[in-house]
Amino acid sequence: MHIVVCVKQVPDTKIIKINPKTNTLDRRSAPAILNPYDAHAVQEAVKIKNKTGGTISVLSMGPPQAVAVIKKSVEIGADQGFLISDRAFAGADTLATSYALSKALEKISKDNPIDLVICGKHAIDGDTGQVWPGIARRLDIPPITNVIEVSEVNKKEKYVHIKRKQIDGYEVLQSQLPCLLTVEKEINDIEYAPLPNMINAARYEPVIWSVNDLADVDKTQLGLKGSPTIVGKMFSPPKLEGGKRIEGNADSQVEQLMGILMERKDLLKLKTANS
Amino acid sequence: MEENQGVWVFIEVNEGKIEGVSLELLGAGRKLADKLEVPLSGVMLGEGVMPLANEVIYAGADQVYVVDHPVLKDYRTESFMKGVCTLAEKYKPEIFLYGATPNGKDLASAVATDLSTGLTADTTMLDVDVEKRLLEASRPAFGGNIMATILCKKHRPQMATVRPKVMKALETDEGRKGVIIEEELELREEDMRTKVLEIVKDVTKKASLAEAHVIVAGGKGLGDIQGFQLIHELAEVIGASVGGTRDVVEAGWLKHEQQIGQTGETVTPKIYFAIGISGAIQHVEGMKNSELIIAINKDPNAPIFDVATYGIVGDALEIVPKLIKQFKELSKEKGGEMSYV
Repeated sequence: MHIVVCVKQVPDTKIIKINPKTNTLDRRSAPAILNPYDAHAVQEAVKIKNKTGGTISVLSMGPPQAVAVIKKSVEIGADQGFLISDRAFAGADTLATSYALSKALEKISKDNPIDLVICGKHAIDGDTGQVWPGIARRLDIPPITNVIEVSEVNKKEKYVHIKRKQIDGYEVLQSQLPCLLTVEKEINDIEYAPLPNMINAARYEPVIWSVNDLADVDKTQLGLKGSPTIVGKMFSPPKLEGGKRIEGNADSQVEQLMGILMERKDLLKLKTANS
Repeated sequence: MEENQGVWVFIEVNEGKIEGVSLELLGAGRKLADKLEVPLSGVMLGEGVMPLANEVIYAGADQVYVVDHPVLKDYRTESFMKGVCTLAEKYKPEIFLYGATPNGKDLASAVATDLSTGLTADTTMLDVDVEKRLLEASRPAFGGNIMATILCKKHRPQMATVRPKVMKALETDEGRKGVIIEEELELREEDMRTKVLEIVKDVTKKASLAEAHVIVAGGKGLGDIQGFQLIHELAEVIGASVGGTRDVVEAGWLKHEQQIGQTGETVTPKIYFAIGISGAIQHVEGMKNSELIIAINKDPNAPIFDVATYGIVGDALEIVPKLIKQFKELSKEKGGEMSYV
């Protein structure tokens, strides 16, 4: 079983600051981390590998410092990692990103055919979740998004059973292998990395590929050039109008609030025993 | 590119019903189509969906493309993508909108790859530059700290997924007339690599947040998991659903699916209690469209007060128990339970 997990290095959006003058974000203000959804994807690959055996490879695209998230993935339990890093990839939107990653996946697959691609649901800095179905289309394998459980992996008969989150519940799907899964956070808990993994990770040097290392690449489909979407402008979210403060001590505040709520019969009413 | 014309909305059907977001998109799409002076079309795929076609017209569409086929009974990326791409290649819309639901996002991403066009995710504002015929799709970026307007200048159709509950549906007008176009499609079950084995509806979950009338949400300001129990108690007394911020979910006080905000659920209840929540933009993004927002927080400068209809500066641990007591007495007096209009 060869599982490839695609991971991304992202700024921690919980901490990131915006420069109020220029409306741009100050990337230096936030530490770079492994996208949290991707950590769950790696963890899930480890769970599957523990049952089926095989190899876990990790793939990322980004600047050279993105090797950090590959090392982090090795810490969680990945066996090897690849980073595609080149100026030619810079400025890529989701369509161009899925193209570049699919080319790298083809290369990885040549040496060891891929059975399963697992990705986080989306990256917390972009929040789009559009790259993964794009990769699946290009590799011509079925994508299954919003996965909350991988209940069965049948290596021999080449299929998986998964639970996919829906608006109002979930569905159980069977997909043939190879396929691509994108996972939700509830799929698993991130476990503490065992010490040998940490030592491995510290020493591990991922393979770095430039655009020229990839085969049959149409450079017009990469980076800014290959991106149909552009950012037209950035602006602050429209200010919302805050309302009234309810003043006084706690008792009086609660009393006033009850009064307000009781007046809003359009929003809340008390059902009496008779009604 | 010039040959592309018209605004399309993907109509998502679940259990014989059109999803609310699709109706909202018909409302938003109507405005864009009117500005551009082009027709608005709905695109509906499924099995036995034909009877719903009129509803799409009543909700604002001029025409509806319908593909009714047994292979389309349940949503699958493969079958739906094939259907939608075939239609888009045949009729060439210039703008194509999808609800940002699990299926809508999945489908739109696959279709965008096949049509080699741009796609903007989770849009919350839509407009159009009539002269350049450019869709201006704006979305929160970088955790909601900033809004970005995304343009797709050279590729058609211009596609976007749109968050549920941010656009307004039109009043249903049963007098509206439109054209229903049924499309034949060659689809074979044996070509499908994915099978739907079972669909499990979790009604409690849907009712709990996305559809809830009243939500009591708590944040780190409640101190610890014991303090957070007050949220559950208040919700219990008034029959509300419980939600929380990313922080409390990460602390393990609540389940992932109870997280409200940009990376969690978007909610629009009638009444939203934000208790011990400072109001980080990521959280506000998910609840700001609630009708009445009541915030309780110790910090008078907490940004949550900028969005709250009513703000109480005070200690939640002191105020919430009093509130619970009042509601308990009230329901005892009336001899019934809370219910919501």
